[in-house]
Amino acid sequence: MIRQLTEFMGREATVAHHFETAEQQKESSFLGMWLFLCQEVLFFGGIFAAYVNYRVMYPEAFIAGSQQLDVFIGAMNTLVLLCSSFTMVYAVWAAQTGFRSKRWHNGAHVAFGLVGTLVFGAAFLGVKVVEYSSKFEHHLVPNLGFIPPVSNIEHPEATEIFFSLYFGMTGLHALHMVVGMAIMLVMLPMAWKGKWNTTNHNFVEGFGLYWHFVDIVWIFIFPFIYLIGNSVGKLT
Amino acid sequence: MARSMTLTPDATPEPEMPKEHYLNASHGLKSWLLTTDHKRIGILYLVSVSVFFLLGGIYAGLIRLELVTPEGDLFQPDTYNRVFTMHAILMIFFFLVPSIPATLGNFLLPLMIGAKDVAFPKLNLASWYMYLIGATLTMVALFAGGVDTGWTFYTPFSTTYSNSYVTTVAIGIFVNGFSSIFTGVNFLVTIHRMRAPGMTWFRLPLFVWAHYATSLIMVLGTPVLAITLLLVGFERMFGLGFFDPALGGDPVLFQHLFWFYSHPAVYIMILPSMGVISEIISAFTRKPIFGYKLIAFSSLGIAVIGFLVWGHHLFVSSQSIYAGLIFSFLTMLVAVPSAIKVFNWSATLYRGSIAYTTPMFYALGFLGLFTIGGLTGLMLGTLGLDIHMHDTYFVVAHFHYIMVGGALMGYLGGMHFWWPKIFGRIVGGFWPHLSALLVFVGFNLTFFPQFVLGYLGMPRRYHVYPDEFQVLHVLSTAGATVLALGYAMPVFYFVWSLKYGKVAGDNPWGAVGLEWETTSPPPLHNFESMPVVDFDAYQYHQPKPHSQGKPATAPSAS
Amino acid sequence: MFDFDVPLFPEQASTFAPQVDALYFFALAVTAFFTLGIFVAVIYLFVRYRRRDEDEYGDPIHGSVALEIAWSVIPFIITMVMFGWGAHVFLVGMTTPEDAREYLATGKQWMWKFQHPEGHREINTLHVPVGEKVKLTMTSEDVIHSFFVPAFRVKQDVLPGRYTQVWFEATKPGAYHLFCTEYCGAEHSQMIGTVYVLEQDEYQEWLSGGIVGSSPVASGQELFAQYACNTCHEQDGNRRGPSLHEIAGAEVQLADGRTVERDENYLREAILNPAAKLVAGYSNLMPTYQGQISDEGVGHLIAYIKSLDTVAHETEASDDTEAVASLD
Repeated sequence: MIRQLTEFMGREATVAHHFETAEQQKESSFLGMWLFLCQEVLFFGGIFAAYVNYRVMYPEAFIAGSQQLDVFIGAMNTLVLLCSSFTMVYAVWAAQTGFRSKRWHNGAHVAFGLVGTLVFGAAFLGVKVVEYSSKFEHHLVPNLGFIPPVSNIEHPEATEIFFSLYFGMTGLHALHMVVGMAIMLVMLPMAWKGKWNTTNHNFVEGFGLYWHFVDIVWIFIFPFIYLIGNSVGKLT
Repeated sequence: MARSMTLTPDATPEPEMPKEHYLNASHGLKSWLLTTDHKRIGILYLVSVSVFFLLGGIYAGLIRLELVTPEGDLFQPDTYNRVFTMHAILMIFFFLVPSIPATLGNFLLPLMIGAKDVAFPKLNLASWYMYLIGATLTMVALFAGGVDTGWTFYTPFSTTYSNSYVTTVAIGIFVNGFSSIFTGVNFLVTIHRMRAPGMTWFRLPLFVWAHYATSLIMVLGTPVLAITLLLVGFERMFGLGFFDPALGGDPVLFQHLFWFYSHPAVYIMILPSMGVISEIISAFTRKPIFGYKLIAFSSLGIAVIGFLVWGHHLFVSSQSIYAGLIFSFLTMLVAVPSAIKVFNWSATLYRGSIAYTTPMFYALGFLGLFTIGGLTGLMLGTLGLDIHMHDTYFVVAHFHYIMVGGALMGYLGGMHFWWPKIFGRIVGGFWPHLSALLVFVGFNLTFFPQFVLGYLGMPRRYHVYPDEFQVLHVLSTAGATVLALGYAMPVFYFVWSLKYGKVAGDNPWGAVGLEWETTSPPPLHNFESMPVVDFDAYQYHQPKPHSQGKPATAPSAS
Repeated sequence: MFDFDVPLFPEQASTFAPQVDALYFFALAVTAFFTLGIFVAVIYLFVRYRRRDEDEYGDPIHGSVALEIAWSVIPFIITMVMFGWGAHVFLVGMTTPEDAREYLATGKQWMWKFQHPEGHREINTLHVPVGEKVKLTMTSEDVIHSFFVPAFRVKQDVLPGRYTQVWFEATKPGAYHLFCTEYCGAEHSQMIGTVYVLEQDEYQEWLSGGIVGSSPVASGQELFAQYACNTCHEQDGNRRGPSLHEIAGAEVQLADGRTVERDENYLREAILNPAAKLVAGYSNLMPTYQGQISDEGVGHLIAYIKSLDTVAHETEASDDTEAVASLD
């Protein structure tokens, strides 16, 4: 995936030999990126389809599972992720407009945006680690001493499917974030040196699309996993 | 450089190899392993898919050998299961899916649209490495003991019961899937953004249209397979419960997810082959393809409807009857564009100037075999018949008619057709003609008896079988030996031609299309100067404004 | 050495087989017509329009709208005929008749276990009477299997954790192959058996000759007593649980307002997961029997519950009547 991203975005200011114009190069980069994101939608689509299937089969077990999760933490994490998208937009905007302040050159502003995104991303993952570890304490990790949290519902055993999907969906999402953050670490020094500017910012812009996509995936995961538990009273 | 005609070598001076071309532009192993030239990547793929075709073929031979007798006297049951599984996995994921797109497609797509390369050359190379990594993982699993789930990985057998290297192979196919996705993204962007001036959508060769449709499926279908195999892997590795019946897991869910990719994957295999056939038939009748637009749109139609028919693999799986009805109806719909194509290709022969060449023989073979494959597919899509035929040898015969009779005939036909362009040397004459004949005869002898076997009730994936099926199995195995001979011959004469073949010249077949406008082999950046296109595809009559263009000749047929 | 008398079509031994074959012959005719048509046309054109002169070109024919419409519409119509006919046959095959003899079937790696309504158990063989509708209620103990009798033209996957059904009416006495057609592991190709179709009197003889275990209904009744189900499920239905009489196959309103049919899968769930679909007017008191009663036992209980229905309707099945009469 890293290779893919750099391939899409890693163009020099000059036009690569096989393109005729910079315009053609830019259009190609973005079409490629959007197609890559389409592919990602279908990738997550598979596990979401599995989710929908089981949600319909075992509504109570899913509600019971969801009620084991902390909506407040989930909501805070959503907020953190939205903030990271904001800083990402800042980086893209700084590159596009060539914004500079009295004190800092343009590349620094792009880098600040990236640093902000990295910090928020790290905060999100940190919270995720805390959440995961509490699942171990509460015997909610599938296959590792899983105990259905409630018994007096239909199909209590299906809560294990819920938690499998929980780890599967949030895990794949987190993996996408880790990949994105690794790329940002590589980007940071390049941004500082002013590699991306008003004439050449395809890479930052394309990476921004990827980061926002990862955000949007979370926007779907959050209600599916955390909020459905509130549709009825607490199950015991 | 003047066009020359193959069959009248005396009329024109012997063509010479161009001094500089992509093959001698740089030297050494590194210049190949790190190349970003689409032509060289095409050749890297050609070598690697050939290796896997050979391996898959050996497995096929072992299967046929075992089935000569009703008893299981060659293998233990467990071994047999691994053999047919590896045959399918190697042939499907490591040969058929990349075969035409990654070799001929990679080589020709930029040439045909007048581009210097694909849109993302480095991604193109990355795709080959993804393929290699996936293939290596699969080979590791193979040598460690193989996998016995069938290429379909049905749960809960694959997740809970199988004691073979399911996870390793699943990851191998997962990684290989990204090679497919990269190729698809690359082709789509290339076709959208890299066309030469004047190369409008409806001037594109049908080969390009077919690859456009194929790439759509690669990009939108493959990720679903990726996530599905990942879920199986997670379940085996970490014990996550996605499909486990003990937790209330739905045994049919996996089948839905799997076939959402794997049915369209059939079209990944056959559509490029259809593109090849369009090119060959036009070139050797020297006339435009009958109903160009309808063929172009039928490719897209197949790609789109192809995504909506996966449930016809689940008619007897306990899927709801209503779902069965809908999927059967949609399956019928997808048959129509395929039928249109066959009729249009046949109609193209009418009042053509038909040359008897090896690629043309392969194309005709394709027409016959694909017709049978398509119509038997219609039978399987018919609900009442599928109850009986499902998971029998009828299915085996049907999809071999499509994938081998269709896709592989197109691949070999295309190889013979474009070999002079790729290596600058002609392949033709007695031995190639004979190989086309052997493949056609051997193929029918191998797989036609399997239709009969299937209707008689012989189930798939059986290692031992009741005695009354033996005669048909022996026939099938006999056919397979002929087929193997037909496949072995090209290996020798293709390699032989690299050194001793007659030099082809730019356009040995007198075909039209931008790829024939440049030298054979093409220069590093494909064209001396950027081509400008002001003619439709397959224009054999109007004088072309190019300096190289051959003046129109009055039709003399009929 | 070889028997060269190779059949091209399997034997027809059920009422369903001729229907499938008729459809098959139609499809074969369509296939043969188009295949031969394409072969003949292509070979004719190939010879007729061979290149006779190196400078010869084909005619610039770009297409014909009329022709292309024709060969889009005609295949469409033919496919619709196949779809309609196929759907009709499919619905016949998939609609289980009410008045069928009910057998239980269990697939496991790598054998088929059957149980007759009268209690006879068989492994890898199944004896059925000719001219009588037979219904198999099937489940798997492990992976997915598939029940396939070519001579009857019937096939149905057999899944773990749920019931599927298949039915047939044999028309010709004889012995027929039974195959597993869903790949199920090492001995998949050994998961085969024989279906013996017997004349009515022979079948009765066979029944009386075999070692009779207790019938599913009787075993179910034993289990019913063993678990003291009747403490809650009394006949009058005024106790803690609903009455079980006359419920099999009938629709019932649930506590959450839904209406469901009490088919085998419902009853299975009601035993293993009582809370899943509570009947309106009853509270969730019943413990789950998941893991306590075997798959087979659940099948027997369901057979027993369904027999309660039969009694109420005073139909045949005298064995069952006796069984239930003693309960009353």
